[in-house]
Amino acid sequence: MNWEIVIGLETHAQLSTRSKIFSSASTAFGASPNSQASAVDIALPGVLPVLNKGAVERAIRFGLAVGATINRRSIFARKNYFYPDLPKGYQISQYEVPVVSGGSLTIMVGDVEKTVRLTRAHLEEDAGKSLHEDFKGMSGIDLNRAGTPLLEIVSEPDMHSAEEAVAYAKALHALVCWIDICDGNMQEGSFRCDANVSVRRPGEPLGTRCEIKNLNSFRFMEQAIKFEVRRQIELIEDGGKVAQETRLYDPDKNETRTMRSKEDAMDYRYFPDPDLLPLEISSELIKSIEAHMAELPQAMRERFVRQFGLSAYDAALLTTSRDIAAYYEAVAGQVDAKLAANWINGELSSRLNDQNILIADSPVRPEALIWLIGRIVDGTISGKIAKDVFRDLWDGKVVGVQQAGGSLSALTVQADAYIEKMGLKQISDSGEIGKLIDQVLAANEKSVAEYRAGKEKAFNALVGQVMKATKGKANPTQVNEMLKARLAK
Amino acid sequence: MALTLDDVNRIAHLARIEVEPHEAEQVLLQLSGIFGLIEEMRAVNTDGVEPMAHAQDLTLRLRADEVADTDQHRLFQTIAPQVENDLYLVPKVIE
Repeated sequence: MNWEIVIGLETHAQLSTRSKIFSSASTAFGASPNSQASAVDIALPGVLPVLNKGAVERAIRFGLAVGATINRRSIFARKNYFYPDLPKGYQISQYEVPVVSGGSLTIMVGDVEKTVRLTRAHLEEDAGKSLHEDFKGMSGIDLNRAGTPLLEIVSEPDMHSAEEAVAYAKALHALVCWIDICDGNMQEGSFRCDANVSVRRPGEPLGTRCEIKNLNSFRFMEQAIKFEVRRQIELIEDGGKVAQETRLYDPDKNETRTMRSKEDAMDYRYFPDPDLLPLEISSELIKSIEAHMAELPQAMRERFVRQFGLSAYDAALLTTSRDIAAYYEAVAGQVDAKLAANWINGELSSRLNDQNILIADSPVRPEALIWLIGRIVDGTISGKIAKDVFRDLWDGKVVGVQQAGGSLSALTVQADAYIEKMGLKQISDSGEIGKLIDQVLAANEKSVAEYRAGKEKAFNALVGQVMKATKGKANPTQVNEMLKARLAK
Repeated sequence: MALTLDDVNRIAHLARIEVEPHEAEQVLLQLSGIFGLIEEMRAVNTDGVEPMAHAQDLTLRLRADEVADTDQHRLFQTIAPQVENDLYLVPKVIE
């Protein structure tokens, strides 16, 4: 029987401000314990919070990027609960009136576009960290993270598979990095997701949902949602009922388990924080932020399709980060734009992934790729040889490190000399290729006979032999044509 | 709205306040008095009045995003009951 999966995501993005949301303490990661916890962050009596303009600006930037409503007046509220890493006994958050309402995010699931609606995004402060090991029945509390600004971004339950949820999370991650409001570092907890998952029969009302916490990588998110969906379906098919609860994903066992049931659910008793007046946002502030916003990934994706004739899939890959897009534009402006897309999404990105290097640190700079693609297009080297040359460029064998960042003309002189020296030039002299073809035909009489008897496969074998004889340097189209002509005689 | 002893115990639990059974009766009386006041206020017609989020009709002042605080954890930790490796020690709580 059919089941429909319904998923909504809540994401906490740590905002990239220098100082905390309500105090002037630093937000830098990795400092020694409690060295960045000010009197406000540790909630000493008599202190008062003062809101950081940088956090508000980042929230506005996000709202504009997702086409949301920026609420001109929003309210900070106290979310009350007790936990040792929450010194005040409440978290300052926004409840009834958040800074950002609505909006949507367009995502790519494979090569299909899909729009996910957003419910809201609100500003709040992070809690500290509890360390449970090494303290003989006690917990150690580090309050450096307490008061770090967060933007909690809540989606509508618009996703219907683990793949869609991951595609949304990746798109959101790319966006917050793109508009430079979050560093996106998931290992350091700068971008954290919780997933609300339920299942139902198509057409029926929403099923009871479970919230899965602790999804700190895209891979874990996919595994956790898949496990949870299977658990809920099996439970219902066995005549059971899903209980509303909070569950924790355990990556070691690849399972989710109960963390808090509905009966133990927290009663947060939200109320407006009397320490903070309403936040008013002027249209001047919104306009000045809007004026400085870079082209957004979706707009750029559509432009790449229009301007360079790329597929939506290729354009999406090239706009996963600003650095990749900038690299692509640098290359595509100079040479065949489709070839540039193929090389960046193919050879370059697989190398970068293999070695876990960011494109900004790629040893093959845009100038080198411009040169390489130029030499394929003008027929100097074959596409096959170009892959070897690319590897040599990557390894620094073609041009020295000092030239790697230099001008295109200087690089061209050196790189052309390398091709010459290594004898990599494409053979397009038909006399030379013809000689090699004759040798191959003489040595492979069996294949020739098979081809003449109607076996197409034999032809491919012969092409392979000729290419081998030229060490991959012949133009394959030319070899094909010449070989066909000879065999037809 | 009539408050019950169960409500009192639940509120006490949420606030992590210990209320002995003999105190609960007293607290119930006091809280009911406060709820009585709230009931009286609710009787006022507030149709068309926008609720205030703050007692003062002002808006928030914003601070520039600059780091100005220095490390004072040694001073702060002089009043902490227990400290180890610069961490505050508390009875173990795991959620």
